[in-house]
Amino acid sequence: MSPLLEVDNLRVSFRTDEGVVQAVDGVSFTVEPGEVVAIVGESGSGKSVTAMTLMGLTRGVNAKFEGRAMFEGYDLVTLPDVDMRKVRGAGIAMVFQDPMSSLNPVQRIGKQIVEQIRTHDPEMSKAQALDRAIEMMERVGIPRPRDRARSFPHEFSGGMRQRVMIAMALSNSPKLLIADEPTTALDVTIQAQILDELRRLRETTDSGIILVTHDLGVVADIADRVVVMYAGRVVEQGTLDEIFYDPQHPYTWGLLGSITRVDSDRSERLPAIAGLPPSLLAPPEGCHFRPRCPHAFERCTEVPELTSRLSDAPQHLDRCWLEPERKRKLRQVGDRIGLASEEAEIS
Amino acid sequence: MGRFIVRRVISLIGVLIAITILVFALFQFLPHPELQLAGRFASPATLAHIRHQWGFDRPIYIRYVDTMKLIFTGKVISYDQQLNVDHELVQRLPATISLAVGAGIIWLSTGILFGLISAWRAGRWSDRALTVLSMIGVSMPVFFLGASLSYYIGDKLQFLPASDYVSIGSNPWEWLKHMIMPWFALSVLFIGVYSRVLRSTILDTINDDYVRTARAKGLSERQVMIRHVLRNSMIPIVSLFGLDFASVIGGGAILTESVFNLQGAGQFAATSVQQLDIPPVMVITIFGASAVVIIGALVDVVYAMLDPRIRL
Amino acid sequence: MTTSATGTELEAGAWTPDHAPGEELPPGIGPYRLALRRLRRNYVALAFGALFLVIVILCILAPVYSHIAHMGPNDENVDQATNAVGLPIGPTWKLSHFFLGADSVGRDVAVRLLYGGRNSLIVGALATLITIVLATVLGILAGYFRGPIDGLISRAFELIWAFPIYLLGIVLGLVLGLSGLDLGIVKIGGNSLLIPALIIGVITTPYVGKPIRGQVLGLREREFIDAARQQGLSHVQIMFSEILPNVTSTIIVFIPLVLANAILTEAGLSYLGAGVRPPNPSWGNMIGDGIHLLPAAVHTMLVPGIMLTLCVLGINVFGDGVRDALDPRAKIRIEH
Repeated sequence: MSPLLEVDNLRVSFRTDEGVVQAVDGVSFTVEPGEVVAIVGESGSGKSVTAMTLMGLTRGVNAKFEGRAMFEGYDLVTLPDVDMRKVRGAGIAMVFQDPMSSLNPVQRIGKQIVEQIRTHDPEMSKAQALDRAIEMMERVGIPRPRDRARSFPHEFSGGMRQRVMIAMALSNSPKLLIADEPTTALDVTIQAQILDELRRLRETTDSGIILVTHDLGVVADIADRVVVMYAGRVVEQGTLDEIFYDPQHPYTWGLLGSITRVDSDRSERLPAIAGLPPSLLAPPEGCHFRPRCPHAFERCTEVPELTSRLSDAPQHLDRCWLEPERKRKLRQVGDRIGLASEEAEIS
Repeated sequence: MGRFIVRRVISLIGVLIAITILVFALFQFLPHPELQLAGRFASPATLAHIRHQWGFDRPIYIRYVDTMKLIFTGKVISYDQQLNVDHELVQRLPATISLAVGAGIIWLSTGILFGLISAWRAGRWSDRALTVLSMIGVSMPVFFLGASLSYYIGDKLQFLPASDYVSIGSNPWEWLKHMIMPWFALSVLFIGVYSRVLRSTILDTINDDYVRTARAKGLSERQVMIRHVLRNSMIPIVSLFGLDFASVIGGGAILTESVFNLQGAGQFAATSVQQLDIPPVMVITIFGASAVVIIGALVDVVYAMLDPRIRL
Repeated sequence: MTTSATGTELEAGAWTPDHAPGEELPPGIGPYRLALRRLRRNYVALAFGALFLVIVILCILAPVYSHIAHMGPNDENVDQATNAVGLPIGPTWKLSHFFLGADSVGRDVAVRLLYGGRNSLIVGALATLITIVLATVLGILAGYFRGPIDGLISRAFELIWAFPIYLLGIVLGLVLGLSGLDLGIVKIGGNSLLIPALIIGVITTPYVGKPIRGQVLGLREREFIDAARQQGLSHVQIMFSEILPNVTSTIIVFIPLVLANAILTEAGLSYLGAGVRPPNPSWGNMIGDGIHLLPAAVHTMLVPGIMLTLCVLGINVFGDGVRDALDPRAKIRIEH
């Protein structure tokens, strides 16, 4: 089966008053139909830029792009604006982080969904488009959709608003749905409901989903494959099991180690990765994670190649010079995986 | 929406009543109010008449009712200027309305136009030039600008008449010629403010998340601009215009009318003040403030129609 | 679930940097220090601020100039001051003798300009002080306590705001100018500068009070207020230590706006005869006198008019710079 999306060495840089920022530095991954690919990283990692570049939303005079992103035979990176617009909202649709500010506050919900439908099918009558919008709202679990279509965004709760965004995104049956931190602005119980929606989407259609997040709990819940990004680069990517049970990069160890567990000793301090992400204006030489990595050695001043270092898992890629054997030892902190730091555990 | 209107009307009535009470109270502070009302050449007979008419021989709340009756039934007389205040007002209103409406149309359209240009060309030469112009416009007192225009264009160059008012009924062309400079003088300040408000609202809105969503839906840049950015940016301008127009009608036109000798209602108030002639000042204040409040309420209703968030 | 790191948001496209390229920002730099840095790099705003300062200093030095010109602000010297046609002379450009010409009763325009400036600036500054203090106090009280207190204050705001400023100003100027203000403990003469300052100050209060009230209403909803209450802080303590610091930046932005507006309003009121009363000069009544002489002796109108415009322009441009420094907007922002 040919992949829905094939991203090949995508690089995005921005020119600012203070210099050139390489926001995305060589990202490659694929999304198969019916697959959920999670892009994980903290703020500044480049994950949102990657997602938005796939929709062409980062284009501007100060932006430069390299690499390709093949979707249905077209390269999204170089696709002209006129054609890009036909893809946006139809072939690929996006759900954003904050549903309150992502919806026009002075327009009724129904009208906003109808707008997306009629942009891609101008022949459709308003009445038909409204019917379709109501159908979508029903599908995502909004009660009394015909009445609520006349409501304004501020009349909905946060969770409902996000469902509206999802309904809107799905209204043209996109082949690929990109969700940028869809649950970050919502509380945990609503988060579960939204994830259920996404899961249902995956089960009932062939659509692929790209889920951009910093929350590993969400990733564990729903992702098939994971791409871990740090300071603009992919530092590790593989299947969910590979990442969670056999992580190959110290940054991933740090992420996994910082998850609080129900069964952990209460007197332990919450582990966190020491230090801050680098400024992309003047990134560290070689591996970007080197300044914060307790296991760094001389070779780390040379940029590690993104490749598989495991003979039995050729799709599991990482960017770390350490030998796989050393990695297995180093990542064990106590009885779990983590990133060793100066602090000893207090028991 | 209906409930909002009802609430607004009730609030409006309350404020109108409060205005009358406030003005009434203010004038009680004057030393010897009945003397002031009777004017300079008061005879004992006039004084007695006033005392009775305005209720000076009654308790204060009855005095209030009497005073209001006089004002609202058009019986207030200015003895100094020998005229019925309400009649005089009605005669002078066309000049004031010509000034306000004409200037309003000019400053709204020009302000929006400049605001759009400034936003579109943000950071470039034309934007900076417009910003400089609007800064100067906002810093100049309107009567100074008016007087300068009147002198240089009216007296020296004789392009346009330097002063006075010609009613539109008697000679539309002359009316226009006489109004151009007053319109310009009054508009300059507002054009400056509006273009900058619109510019900054547009530049803020462009960065809003829902604009990003609109693009993600596949809308063309033009559709995004018109349906989302501009439509939302206009809302504060509407509210602003309503309030400014109301305040011009209510009395902001005083300075311009005086400089250009338009003999409007505002100038009537100004000359009455200078002559210390109380009755017209009292009446104009009440009517002027009421006009402001009523138009303000209308503006609120229009604003609520445009921005449903405030109907709560 | 998340790592400890804080994100850096990248801004693409043209945007005003907070510091010179390569310069490191020291940690813990507060928003006001940051604003000051931005302001320092805004040369246009600084230049106009300097213009305003120069005008203020000149006006403060009015007595010094009066000495140089050998004339007080109310001294009339009709013989020396009229030309052959009987009109007041125009600028002689001689510092010691009618530098900027004379007015219709033979007074030195330049000297009156500086003394008038003093009065205009004093009224403006006093009015601004009154507005800011009243608006802050009332706005915070209304927004914090809500309920009936808010109802009362908001109605008062609405009432004052409903009055077109010149009508109310004229009325008050007339009434108070005639009778002065006698509150028992405090007596202010009808001629005092405090009268127009008070009038302008009170009338402008709703303009600042309403936004402050709005902001406090929003702050009120935030949890840190409940937290402070729970800690046992009294209402007054909370208003001072939690609310006031948060509205400070709003206040700072309003100060130049209110000052410029106050000076212009004083000019208008004085022109109409309801502001600074003659023979005390103010830029407003000087322009008024000049207008009455038109079309002769244009300088009597132009000189105070241009001075006033320059002064207000200086405040406005500088004020704009302050506003930009406190709240810069990047043209494009991309979050990772």
